[in-house]
Order: sequence, then C-alpha cells, then structure tokens
Amino acid sequence: MAPLEKIRSWIDGRFNLNELLAPFKKKTVPRHRLTYWYFLGGITLFLFVIQVLTGILLLLYYRPGANEAFESVQYIMTQVQFGWLIRSIHSWSANLMIFTAFAHMFSVLFLKAYRKPRELTWLTGMILLFLVLGFGFSGYLLPWNTLAFFATKVGTEITGQVPIVGKPLMIFLRGGEDVTGATLTRFFGFHVAVLPGLATLLILIHLLLVQRLGISVPPKIQAEWLARPTSQREMKFFPNFMLRELMAWYVALGVLGALAAILPWDLGVKADPFVPAPAGIKPEWYFLFMFQTLKLIPSKVAGIDGEILGILSFGLVAFLWLLIPFFEREHPARTRQWIAGVALFALAYIAGMTIYGHFAQ
Amino acid sequence: MVILHNKLRAVLPAVMLLLVVCMTSPCRAQTQASALQAHPQAKNSCLDCHSILPDELGVTEEKFSHDIHSQKGLTCVSCHGGDANDDDAGQAMSRKAGFKGKIAHKDVPQLCASCHSNPAYMRQYNPSLRTDQLDQYKTSVHGKRLAAGDTKVAVCVDCHSVHDLRPPSDPQSKVHPLNVATTCSRCHADANYMSSYKIPTNQFAGYSKSVHHNAMVARGDLSAPTCTTCHGNHAASPPGVANVANVCSTCHVFQAQLFSSSPHQEAFTAAGLPGCVTCHSNHEIVQPSDELIGTGEKAVCTQCHTDGDPGFTAAAQMKQQLTQLAASIKSADEILGRAERSGMEVSQPRLELTQAHDALMKSRVTIHSFKPALLEADIKLGMATAAKDYEAGKKAMEERNFRRVGLGFSLVAILLMLVGLQMYIRHIERNDRRKEAVAGIHQ
Repeated sequence: MAPLEKIRSWIDGRFNLNELLAPFKKKTVPRHRLTYWYFLGGITLFLFVIQVLTGILLLLYYRPGANEAFESVQYIMTQVQFGWLIRSIHSWSANLMIFTAFAHMFSVLFLKAYRKPRELTWLTGMILLFLVLGFGFSGYLLPWNTLAFFATKVGTEITGQVPIVGKPLMIFLRGGEDVTGATLTRFFGFHVAVLPGLATLLILIHLLLVQRLGISVPPKIQAEWLARPTSQREMKFFPNFMLRELMAWYVALGVLGALAAILPWDLGVKADPFVPAPAGIKPEWYFLFMFQTLKLIPSKVAGIDGEILGILSFGLVAFLWLLIPFFEREHPARTRQWIAGVALFALAYIAGMTIYGHFAQ
Repeated sequence: MVILHNKLRAVLPAVMLLLVVCMTSPCRAQTQASALQAHPQAKNSCLDCHSILPDELGVTEEKFSHDIHSQKGLTCVSCHGGDANDDDAGQAMSRKAGFKGKIAHKDVPQLCASCHSNPAYMRQYNPSLRTDQLDQYKTSVHGKRLAAGDTKVAVCVDCHSVHDLRPPSDPQSKVHPLNVATTCSRCHADANYMSSYKIPTNQFAGYSKSVHHNAMVARGDLSAPTCTTCHGNHAASPPGVANVANVCSTCHVFQAQLFSSSPHQEAFTAAGLPGCVTCHSNHEIVQPSDELIGTGEKAVCTQCHTDGDPGFTAAAQMKQQLTQLAASIKSADEILGRAERSGMEVSQPRLELTQAHDALMKSRVTIHSFKPALLEADIKLGMATAAKDYEAGKKAMEERNFRRVGLGFSLVAILLMLVGLQMYIRHIERNDRRKEAVAGIHQ
C-alpha cells in the first residue's frame, strides 16, 4: 500500500472519511456554453486565500501607527527578502478580488442564479461584496501615505454626511474628529480581525449553501434541456470541475505575479496631515463611480442637500440590490427581464462613471 | 467773587505754562497736523463739483474712498484747505477760508511731511510707521535735484499716487513690491523724459529679464529684490562702485563673505571694479550657470584672465570640478529615475541625492572664494553621495531584472502546469467516456 493510501486508510478508519467525502464525489456541475462563468466565485475565493496568506506574512513586519506604518511598509518593500513581492501581490490581489467579486455578482444576476431557492446565497454573497469593499477601504489607509490619508479623510467625511447616524459613525471610524494615528489603528483592527472573521464565517455559509443547493442552470439553458433532454450534460465536481478551477487559479496566479513584478505597487509619499490635499485627489477605482456621481449632483436638489441625497440614494439602491431575489414572485419571467435590464444599466453606469471619474479633472 | 478771583489766581500760572508749551514747535506741528485731520464736516462740497470735472481736476468719491487718508478720516480740506461745508464755491475756496489750491509740485514733500514727519501725530494711526521719509528724500538724487530747482524729479505723489493713495501692502498700490519696478520705469524707462539726465533707460528692460524679477513675478516671492531694495526708496540713489557688494550682501551673505576674503577683492578694488556686478551685471542679473566660470565662451573669467596665468588655470580647474559633480548627480538621477519608472522603491537614495544637490549648490557658493582647494571639500562630499546613490540605482535595476527573469521562469512553470492539467483533464474524461461506452454496450 502506498504511503498516501496508508494515511488515508488510517484517517478513514477513525473519522469515516469516505462518508464525509461522499457528497463531493456525487456532486456535479452543469455543463453548457456558459459554464466558464461558474469559475468566478472560485477565483474570488482563491484571491481571498492569497489575501489571507500574504496578509499574515505582511503582519510579521507591519507596524500600525502614524509614526511607523509608512516606514514599516518601506522596510518590507526594500529590506525584507521578497517583501516587495508579498506586498505587491497583496495589493494587486485585493484589487483583482474586488473586480472578480463584482464580476461574480453580475454573472449571477445575468445567469439568474439568484432565484428561489438561492435567495440566501445571494444575500450572503452581497454582504461578502460589501465586506470586500470594506477590506479595500480599511486596507488602503494602512501604508499611511498621502493619497491614502486624504482618500480616507474624504471617504469618512462622506460617511459623516449621512443624516442622524453619520456624525457618530464618522467619529467611530476615525477614532476622533480627524483622521489621525487613532484612525490607522482602528482601520488596522477592522482589516485584520473584524472583517476577516466576518468574511470567513460568511464564506463558509455561502459555500455550504452552494453545496446544499447545487449550481444553478440559467433558465434559457434549462428550457433548451427540457426541449431536448439528450443535450443535458454535466461534469463531476471532483476532479473534473475542480481541475478546471485549478487552471483558472493558475492563470490568476500568473497574472498576479506579472503585475507584481512589472508594476510593483507604489508606496507613495508619507502622509503629512499638515499639508493641503493633493489637487484632483480621487478614491480607489472601485469607489470612483460613487465619488463621481456625488461630484456631479448639484449642491441642492429640490431644497435637499445634493451630497446627502446622493449618499441616501446609494444606500437605498444597495438595500434594494440585496433584496433582488425577493422581487421575483408573481410574474417571474417579466420580473427577470426587468431585473436583467436594471443589472445591465447598473453595469453600464458603474463602468461609465468609473471611466469618466478616472479621466475627469 | 473773592472765591472766583482766588481760583483764577490759582489756575493762571498753569494756563500760562500751557500757552508757552504750545508755542514751541513740536506742539505747534501737532496742532497743525491735528488741524489737517480734524475738520468736522457735515458734508464735502468739494466733491459736488470735482467729481464731475475732467481728469486734471476730477476726483470722484469712489476714487477717494480707496485712499488711505480718506479711510482714516482726512478730507480734501486736510491738504488743500478751504471750507467744504460751504456750498458757495467762491467762499469755500477763498483765501479767507484757508484755501491753498493745487499744491505746487515742489511743495508736495513738505506738505506730506507736515504729518508724516511728526511721530507724535503718526503714532495714532500706525506706531511703527517711519517718520524720516522727508529727511531721507532730501538725501536722494530726487530730493537733491528738487532742492536745486528741478521740478521734473519724482516727489511723493509721483510714486505713491494721489487721491487714491493706497498703503504699500495693498497689491493695487503703486509702491507694492510687485508694482515698484513698473512705477520707477514710468520715468526711468522713458528715453525722452530722461534725456536731459544722460543716464541709461534700459534698467527696467534688464530687470524684467533678471532672476530677481522672475522670483518676484513668476514665483510671487515678495521678498525678492526690486528697484528700491538696492537703491533705497525715499533715499533712492545709485549704490556706487564701492558699495555694490554691500548691497548684494544684504541677501547673498555667504557669497559676499567668501568674496571679501578672496584674491579678487583686492584686485577689483585696485582696478576700480564693482564687486558683484562685474561678473553678474546689475539690473539684468540672469540665473547664473556653471558656464559663467571657467575658460569657455560664456565664462566671465576670461574677461580678465588669459591662458597661462594662475587665475586662468584655477578657473578651468573649478569649472571641471563643478562639471564633474553635476555629471555624477545627473547619472545617479537618471538611473534612479529608470528604477522608479520600473516601479522600484528608491525613495531613500532619492532623498540622499538631495544631499549631493545641496553639495553642488554649496560648491556654487564656494566658487566666490575663487580657491580650488576650498571648493574641493564640497565637491568630494557631493561626489561620494552621488556615487553611493548611483550604486543604489544600479542595484535597483539589477533587482528589477532579477524579478523579471524570475517572473519569466514562473510563467513558464505555470504554463507547463496548465498544459499538464489540460492533458490530464482530457485523459480522465476520455477514460470516463470509454467507461460509459463500455457500460452502454454491456447494457
């Protein structure tokens, strides 16, 4: 008996491993012309794992604090063996993860995978997307450079505009009236403890739901299969789908490595709270569509402060977005068309505003 | 009655003493100045007519409202006399009412000085304001010529304006640092106006090209020199050959110190050459470059030194030292720039390179000692820093190349893995299909 087989037999004898793995062996994935969209969730998960691993390595040297943070990241980038690689991969992977999370969300919308009985999968996925944005916002400040400092200042200021809860929330986020070392310590805590804890829990629930409910087939494909049952195809989750997913992960790893080696993540200039904000300062690309929208809204709309109106509108849209699966009740086909239209508009709006915000002065 | 008589007797000496004191000049001046200030007026009938009169006599209320004197409560009467309360023009401008009319050009300094030379009076408006303007003016070329009967020269109002006279701190004031050169140029750049004085009129044109003008106008540095910084304002006059270095040294302290201990100090004095302007010019002081020193075409050293003399050799040596350091800094800067553009973190050597720049800057100051040995110390320090930073840049580029090679290997490994996985997937799926086919046959 091979050594690996011996180990497996030893574990099986004690924990009944075969029974535990049985569902995975039986699990299948629908095979059709849109199957490749199923890889996006796995790629996002892979990037999350990369984030956790590189984050742990960065923690070995990173020191949170207004007087040390920048220097410690500079030390990681210049003195620590392969520190530049770890930090660059962490930063690039964060951005790619946000991108793939958005892409995954839109693919689920367009493939109508949010429908009953997957409402909770959609809900947990959406909350994970918000958490990923939270990771981005809190992590951006940690190197304590000028851009991060002022982006956080602007970002928390926008939070402060929310009626009633805005100001206390802003003070809570900043750890005071202004962005200081206290904000950095707080953001560090959110970034390495609170958010990873919540995200891990939600990922487990999300995966459990995917495992329990299986993978959704788009209604159009399902109709085709009903019309021609012989065309219905599927593949085993393990190893067939998993090996394909592994290929996607390797591609993601290659892209990450190339970005880190050719375009190492910039460190910038250490934050100085006493200098004026650089001209034309903008947030990271994933917040740009909201930032640009707030910039375009007139200062007063029907007597209401434009910025407050914009923030409340985004809050309302995010809340309604969470509830998308619950709008499908009476006329599923018609609702799905309406939802697809809204999703297409949202995608075009986010892409358009991001590009506009990038080039706007 | 007796009581009243006794009281009068008691206060009479005090009243007499007060009268005597008031007859003395400072007190009289104060009284006069106060008279200028305090003309309680129900209205200003002067403006009724003068606001609609043509330019020469016209003063609108709006224009006068910008005048610092107006803002401090002074009126037309304060300078011109008369009675602004009287609607009758004849009465208001009568000699009886103390009307002085238009102040003669030659009398302007004295009129202004009636207040501005009175510290006690001026204190109430601005305790730190100088009151020696008239005394200074009398020592100026303008003042001396005026005293000699030349009424073409500038008096107070020619520079400060009249009826809309603003404080020098006001950017619209004609004597605000940004406007001084233009104000002076109104006369000094006018060849016709200045023809009788036989002095050049190209000062403003030269100054406009100078590094000082650039600092003042382009960079908005109000402390940069303008005409009055070197020539004085109320005591305006040319500094003179012997004093030029002193004027420049008020800002360029180190250069002046080094120059004064240099071999040139004695040589220039002996030759009657002014210290700084011999090499740097006077009004058209352009940004000095390293070309200024040495034996090249643009070098000023060759104006006096010829091939073979020690000064010529020293000039060539100093130029070579500066060129060497500048080139080393440029090389380090270029390689660090390349590393930066490749995304390498080189902020530390970048910061250190500023020390090399500082050393170059200091060397350019040390040049004024005209001693190659003294220059050597600064050059060596700069060269060492630049060399260290060049090495850091080189190392960063090597690291960049190492990363790219590493990336190449990693990508090849990933590609091989992808090909392997694809082949393995095909293999297991082919096997699955074969098994399914066999199972189908058996069924």
